[in-house]
Order: sequence, then structure tokens, then C-alpha cells
Amino acid sequence: MTLASRVIPCLDIKDGRVVKGVRFQGLRDAGDPVECAGLYERQGADEIVLLDVSATPEGRGHALDTVRAVRSVLSIPLSVGGGVRSADDAGRLLEAGADKVGINTAAVSRPGLIGEIAERFGTQCTVLAVDAAAGAAGWEVVVESGRKRTGLDVVEWCRKAVAIGAGEILLTSWDRDGTRSGYDIDLITSVSSVVTVPVIASGGADGPGHLVAAIEAGASAALIASILHDGDTTVGDLKEALGEAGIVVRP
Amino acid sequence: MRRVTIVPTGTANTASVVAALTRLGAAVEKAASAGDVETSAGVVLPGVGAFGAAMDRIDSLVLATALRERIEANRPTLAVCVGMQLLSRNSEESPGATGLKVLEETVGRFGDGVTVPQMGWNRVEPGPGSQFVESGWAYFANSYRIDQLPEGWVGSSTDHGGEFLSALEKGDVLACQFHPELSGEWGARLLDRWLDRVETAA
Repeated sequence: MTLASRVIPCLDIKDGRVVKGVRFQGLRDAGDPVECAGLYERQGADEIVLLDVSATPEGRGHALDTVRAVRSVLSIPLSVGGGVRSADDAGRLLEAGADKVGINTAAVSRPGLIGEIAERFGTQCTVLAVDAAAGAAGWEVVVESGRKRTGLDVVEWCRKAVAIGAGEILLTSWDRDGTRSGYDIDLITSVSSVVTVPVIASGGADGPGHLVAAIEAGASAALIASILHDGDTTVGDLKEALGEAGIVVRP
Repeated sequence: MRRVTIVPTGTANTASVVAALTRLGAAVEKAASAGDVETSAGVVLPGVGAFGAAMDRIDSLVLATALRERIEANRPTLAVCVGMQLLSRNSEESPGATGLKVLEETVGRFGDGVTVPQMGWNRVEPGPGSQFVESGWAYFANSYRIDQLPEGWVGSSTDHGGEFLSALEKGDVLACQFHPELSGEWGARLLDRWLDRVETAA
């Protein structure tokens, strides 16, 4: 089996600009989405994730324009999430040029949405985004940028979502997001051992060692943001290090 | 002139295919009728969700016969992902649904022990005499595939819990299980070679 492990830069988008914060707060400007996406593709990115973190309807309108603009230059997959409330919302993003659509809060409120999107557009473009907060016993799903706890167990929620139609899980550790303290490896192990769909590790990457650990724990892909936007490393350097660690990556 | 007609099998992914072809200088139009499929120098059959749903769409637009005829005549036709699967008679994904029946082989689901959907980059090795495919990495997003080589076709192969056919070609017909439009420069070169055939046929 030669399916390569993926390295996926994530661009948080607000009002048409790339932003990045810590635990979803204190957002700072990190550049133009088209320039960033193009740069990361040239560096060897396997896919780009755009997360629309705008809180307003105007911001959502910008997000569709951003998807169109990024699509026109990008020849690798584009996964888009943020603010998807219905299958029609998903359809608009796909029509604008997304290849996959991530759903988060709306799926928690109404799990049937996962099945509706999967049925209309296929499981391969139905991504469940989960924000996980560590607790005394396991992890709890949090929504609304971590402001609201849901009481849902992350592992159970992922298992259920896949049964309904999710074709991929974007698993973000809320505790680690933007902290550069490494992925939550136990979280990745717990989720990837109960689902057959790909799991994308997200939240906390600071260097190649963290990516290696996530992939060895069962992740199919590793999401990175802060370390790239700050210019501390490149996708190419990370993939080279993964290759040296014996992980199959696309050169 | 690189004039291409795309079959509207649904919304998913069509934008990516159009963007990739446009970057390569193609003028892309949607097929409105069987006449468009018959007369166009190049036709693209993009992939969407499910085999049955895509075939329903083709049937409702009455495009099946025109598609089958141009493929059987080896005219420039590009089928992507589910589009490739539609060339067959039927699929485990949608029991009861009938495809374009160009191929007798059945589309089956990946076996146990591998990640399904196969989502990501995998190696493609060109079959003997391939005119389109070079060795390289392609992006896949599929749960079903064809694993028996149809007679008269050149098949490129990929391994995901066993070998399967990642591309089939015959004359100017190219069917890809992967997404060339999402496969970086390697995919762009593949599309460019196919568009050359469209240009020649025009």
C-alpha cells in the first residue's frame, strides 16, 4: 500500500484575509489567501484547507469569492469549512470550487445534515470537523470556536458521524490549537482506531517530530498553520523530514 | 482550438475540472443536449458522488447513447473518477443501476484492511503502450474501483490493498479513477496531452 501521508496547510479566512490565533482567539493577519495557497502548493502541499472564521453574513459572502479565487490558481484539492448550515450551503461552496466541505457546529445541532450532504455530493466530499477539548475522561466536542461545550464524547461522535456518511474527519485539539505544543496524540489514536475513514490531525504542530508522531498514531494527514504562516518552515522541509523518518510522502 | 464540452453530472467537483482545463487554454462549455456530445471535439465526463445518481442525471439529459457512441469510436473523451466507473455495466455502489455499458467489468468496493474512501495521493504506473499516463503521484478520492483489465484497453495501475486500474485508455478516450484536475503539475501535463488530441480532432 503506497497511499502517501498528507501534509495540509490550513488557512483560516476572515473577511478575505488569512488570519491565525491561539485557541481560536487573538486573530492576527497572515496574508492573502490566493498568494498563501499558491505558495504552499509550490512548496509541495498535498491539499489546502480553508476555514472561514468570519462571524458575519458579509464575511460569508467574501468566503465564496475567496474559494473562487483560490480555485482558479490551485491544482491540488481544496477543502472548505466554516458556517455550513445546510446541504445548499455545501453546494454553493462546491460550485465555487471546493472539492470537499467541512461541517462542524451545524452537524452537532442536527447530525442528519451529514447524511444529507453525503447523499447529494458523496461521502468523499463530506468532512466532519470536530473540535475536541480534553477532559477528565476522554474528550468533549466543543463548538462555536470553543465557547460552547456540548457534552458529546468525541470518539462516539466520530463513530456516529462516519456511520451517517462522513468520509473524512478533521480532528482539532482545541487545547493545542496555535500553541505549538504538539498534536494530542492520545486523541488521534482514540479516534483513528474506531473509524475506517481518514483522520486529519490538527492543532499544535511545531515541527516534523510532531507530524511523525501524529501519522504513527494513525492520522492519514497532518494539518499545519502557525509554523508555516510565520515562515519558520516550509511544506517541503517538513515532507523531507517525514520521508527521512520512513513515512511515505509525495515528493 | 481547445474547445471542450463538459457533461453536467451534478455540481460536485465540476468547478475544479473547469478551472484546470481553463488554465490549460481550453474553452469549456456545458453540454445541453445529445447533439453537443456528438459534435464536440472533446467531451469531459466528470465524477460526482454516486454511480446511480450520476447515471440518472445522464439518462434524464438523454446523453447515454451519444456518450457510448463517441467512446466506442475512440473520439476524445475524458472520464474522471465516477465518470470512469460509468463506462462499466454496473457497480456494487448502486445495485440495479445500469451504466454506459462500454465495459463489461463490474465496479467493486475496496476490500477490508485499507482506508475507505481512498483519500489522498497514490502512485500510478502506466500500462504498456500508454499514450497519456506517465509514472507519478495522483490524487484519489474513491471507495469503488475497476480491477479487471477490459480487452482492447491499456490500463495503468495503482495499489490500495491490491492492484486496481487507476486509468484506462483507448484511442483518444482517457478514463481516470484519480482526479487529474487535482493532481498538481503531473495531472496538468496529463490533461494537456489529452487536450492535444482534442485540438487535433477539431
